[in-house]
Amino acid sequence: MGVFRVLKDDRGGQLLLLFLTVVAIVIPLLNLLVPEGSPFHVTTYTVSLFGKYLTYALLAVAVDLVWGYLGILSLGHAAFFALGGYVMGMYLMRQIGDRGVYGDPILPDFMVFLNWKELPWFWHGLDMFWFAAIMIALVPGLLAFVFGWLAFRSRVTGVYLSIITQALTFALMLAFFRNEMGFGGNNGLTDFKEILGFSLQSDATKVGLFVASAVALALGYLACRWIVTSKLGRVTVAIRDAEDRTRFIGYRVEYFKLWVFTFSAVLAGIAGALYVPQVGIINPGEFSPLNSIELVIWVAIGGRYTLYGAVIGALLVNYAKTLLTGVWPDAWLFALGAMFVLVTLFLPKGIAGIFRRKPA
Amino acid sequence: MSMLSDVRETMRRDEVWSFMAPPPSLDLDISHGPILYLEELNVSFDGFKAINDLTLYIDAGELRCIIGPNGAGKTTMMDIITGKTRPDSGKAFFGQRIDLLKLSEPQIATAGIGRKFQKPTVFEFHRVIDNLELALRAEKGVWPTLFAKLSSEQQDYLDETLDLIGLKEQRNAMAGSLSHGQKQWLEIGMLLVQQPHLLLVDEPVAGMTHQEMDRTAELLVSLAGKHSVVVVEHDMDFVRSIARKVTVLHQGSVLAEGSMDDVQNDQRVIDVYLGG
Repeated sequence: MGVFRVLKDDRGGQLLLLFLTVVAIVIPLLNLLVPEGSPFHVTTYTVSLFGKYLTYALLAVAVDLVWGYLGILSLGHAAFFALGGYVMGMYLMRQIGDRGVYGDPILPDFMVFLNWKELPWFWHGLDMFWFAAIMIALVPGLLAFVFGWLAFRSRVTGVYLSIITQALTFALMLAFFRNEMGFGGNNGLTDFKEILGFSLQSDATKVGLFVASAVALALGYLACRWIVTSKLGRVTVAIRDAEDRTRFIGYRVEYFKLWVFTFSAVLAGIAGALYVPQVGIINPGEFSPLNSIELVIWVAIGGRYTLYGAVIGALLVNYAKTLLTGVWPDAWLFALGAMFVLVTLFLPKGIAGIFRRKPA
Repeated sequence: MSMLSDVRETMRRDEVWSFMAPPPSLDLDISHGPILYLEELNVSFDGFKAINDLTLYIDAGELRCIIGPNGAGKTTMMDIITGKTRPDSGKAFFGQRIDLLKLSEPQIATAGIGRKFQKPTVFEFHRVIDNLELALRAEKGVWPTLFAKLSSEQQDYLDETLDLIGLKEQRNAMAGSLSHGQKQWLEIGMLLVQQPHLLLVDEPVAGMTHQEMDRTAELLVSLAGKHSVVVVEHDMDFVRSIARKVTVLHQGSVLAEGSMDDVQNDQRVIDVYLGG
């Protein structure tokens, strides 16, 4: 079957899927069935925290797809993540209905506060989940498509492309900070009540979102793995290593880059959409260039060109971040920098490189 | 001024707008003999004339050697044919109808021109067999590639080619682990499986042993007839062993053309090569 073919010769991927299956079954049980006093009880806070890590991991997989397999170092991937998150946030805002502070049945609180009389056109339709779900994929995908079409057609590569992606996310951040954009300005979107009719405060919903994140990560991983094991994946690696050569044997390099980049952006958008209901807020800070850079560091630490390495990196670094910022917040950036330097010096293939046998 | 000329170019009445014109034809028509027409080409880089009024015809099925001192424009000529460099003026046609100057690199490759580079470039992170698979003549769009599967005939064909280029043992080795000579052979193999009508081969025997050189010569000679082959080479012994017709380039244009003996006895050629 397809899944077996895709995971053949992929020990890391097999372990990852096993891990996700176990986690998606055990953690909900420990949260919902084990009584609160028991040492085995997992708090709802922890469930959401891990759920957040899983969405980060999906984002990291998306980055590894374009960086490790296509050679495009995108320093703006958090922008696609945040766009997916904003679409989800808009859907959740529309679900609040008249339970907001101002009690307006249609307008979200911040619009009432700004004295707006009616809903901007781009907020329409987002009260329907199916429409929001389409937009979650479409909005980041469309941005990536247009951006990629312009950049790849002009054959912008390497560090120049990285800088442009960085500028892209920075520009979006500045735009979303503005109140008149209609996305809640610097407060962003928050105070969500329910998703698909389930209260976001309830344990069961949070567990459901956690499981959804695990499933999304597993599916996203399989999809990426399917791409990289196909002939298309071999073409992308060929483009990474010798772009001109690939052109001269008849491949339209621009189209391949565009396709994979757009797909990766859609994955990032989906990750963002799962992230927002679990953390309960989305604001322009998510577009911050620093986020995109940090995310590249996760992938570098985990080990690029493996896909599962990106997951390891995202989970480990974020877990470390949670621990360390709890104890000594000021030290985090130094720790992150130190980790990056050490991994680059001693583990150039990242953590996944330790496990990986040398290619024959 | 330039805007005005842009507008005029767009509004020309003798042809439809470029985006409305049908896509360029990729059918090769060699009914008049030559497969490649280069006429009055000029290229200059920052004032240096790399190609100077170059006119050259290659007949279908011919094996042509091109020699010339460094900087004679051999590689630039190949760049023009394969779409990497656009000439300042002149014409380049593949067969009667295919205007090379209007096509992109992948389109030219699809039309049937294959190129081997001076420095062997293979995909080092892929296995030898995958290198051939990537080059194999097939639909090369994004979707066909995503769902591509090798048929058993294609599989056999790739294995035959591996045999031919003597890399059967290295079938599953990483291309990056091959020796220089083996990479040259792999690249020739990649050229073959593209099944081009015209092969441009830039310095095929650099870094090869004498034995390997002889085999390369044999292979190239056997290709001529079915394909047209253009070989750029510095190694005179090698050129002598394969050449029927030799073209000498000098300062971006053709200095002499003829059999190896004619060319070697040509006074101008001797002057250029020996610095007379």
